[in-house]
Amino acid sequence: MAYSEKLLDHYENPRNVGTFDKGDASVATGMVGAPACGDVMKLQIKVGKDGVIEDARFKTYGCGSAIASSSLATEWVKGRTLEQALEIDNAAIALELALPPVKIHCSILAEDAIKAAVADYRRKHPGSAQDNPAGELPGAN
Amino acid sequence: MNSFPIYLDYSATTPVDPRVADKMIPYLTHSYGNPASRSHCFGWDAEQAVQLAREQVAALVNADPKEIVWTSGATESNNLAIKGAAHFNQGKGRHLVTLKTEHKAVLDSMRELERQGFAVTYLDVERNGLLDPDCFKEALRPDTILASVMLVNNETGVIQDIAALGALCRKRGVLLHVDAAQATGKVDIDLARLAVDLMSFSAHKTYGPKGIGALYVRRKPRVRLQAQMHGGGHERGLRSGTLATHQIVGMGEAFAIAHAEMGAENERIRMLRDRLHASLSELEEVFVNGDLERRVAHNLNLSFNHVEGESLLMAIKEIAVSSGSACTSASLEPSYVLRALGLSDELAHSSIRFTLGRFTTLAQVDFAAALIKQKIGKLRALSPLWDMYKEGIDPGTLQWAAH
Repeated sequence: MAYSEKLLDHYENPRNVGTFDKGDASVATGMVGAPACGDVMKLQIKVGKDGVIEDARFKTYGCGSAIASSSLATEWVKGRTLEQALEIDNAAIALELALPPVKIHCSILAEDAIKAAVADYRRKHPGSAQDNPAGELPGAN
Repeated sequence: MNSFPIYLDYSATTPVDPRVADKMIPYLTHSYGNPASRSHCFGWDAEQAVQLAREQVAALVNADPKEIVWTSGATESNNLAIKGAAHFNQGKGRHLVTLKTEHKAVLDSMRELERQGFAVTYLDVERNGLLDPDCFKEALRPDTILASVMLVNNETGVIQDIAALGALCRKRGVLLHVDAAQATGKVDIDLARLAVDLMSFSAHKTYGPKGIGALYVRRKPRVRLQAQMHGGGHERGLRSGTLATHQIVGMGEAFAIAHAEMGAENERIRMLRDRLHASLSELEEVFVNGDLERRVAHNLNLSFNHVEGESLLMAIKEIAVSSGSACTSASLEPSYVLRALGLSDELAHSSIRFTLGRFTTLAQVDFAAALIKQKIGKLRALSPLWDMYKEGIDPGTLQWAAH
């Protein structure tokens, strides 16, 4: 399969690989996928007091496209508020990496990982909905 | 000195041995006659070359040259054997038996027969990829007309006990077809002793050209088939179509070389395979898929737990291998052969098939082993499942949402 240069670059030089301390209150984790399906993504965000994502880390078990999609997601969430992070959708990831059609699910997984991490943060910080005027907390239940 | 990429996918196909190519070329440009032309020396020369090749193929498997029918490859041989025998014998019964780990050319021929009203039993194999003969015996019914079992599996390289299955079939009056595409030049085949009625061969898995194969059709006791390709009545009416003289010459020469050299060659390849296996076994959580003892010397099928196969293939682009991972196929399903061995989806996704061959060198094997060890380390450092394993959590025990 022929992959784009951007995808290969993210695969060969993945950004922000690693793990934050789970005990840190400013850290939230999203883990999505399943080993049986061939991909599992773990995305962690570190959120500042102003509600802006200061840093991100990932680890991914999966094909090259899954690794590249999660690497790109960590780059894109940095500097965004939680609400802005939720605006990242799979189509933008797929477009940026020029994912072939059979690999679109990798970009969906990356979007899901961002949503899961944000939901985890909101679960841990119930009062942090100031960036969400409607007060609706996706996934917070 | 290695040149890249290093080819370790000999079960997909092999290069044509230069000695084989040399024999083929004159039959393209000089001795180009049609072997069916009886009226001039162009035809006679071609016919003589085809006859020699028939003898060479028959000699490798200890058969009579009259029992060899040329086809376009093992896929056609499997189709002709299975559909041809089923159609000819449908008055006796309409049940067939095969294994879940067979090649698609066998399984899809069986599916087609099911569409035509035949019944097919697909047998499970043991965890090591081998068939339990008792399980096979129980599957044979009074209306069973044909069983089809491959000699060497293309993914795992395991060798089925064809002698035992043949004896069972002969006793029950069931025809036995054996797909031997992956076996020629790798295991001894003696059709004078084996109770096998039909056997499929391919040239390109044994250093011959693509596009040519053969079907062995036993004469004593005589096995009859209904032709699937109709026309000029070539190959005793079993397979019409002008014979591809140069391809046939190539297959004959390739099988003659295999006959002469397989003993020494397999010893050398086994040494290289065992060296590769020993080196990769230094990694944690590496599992051999299929029985290691009853396996051809060329094959090493490993699962590298917690690393996904396609990402590993991308990381080791200096070597050419194949993976059972879904991501390398269009179907998004992991290898059905490995699943039939009872492997979890996760381990099937993590599998790599290394197949070595005539032109594999020690330097290539050592390079491949070192590269894989380095890249497995890198990918496991990226893998959340590896972290869990290291923390003592078995990812298999967690609840995962399918997606």
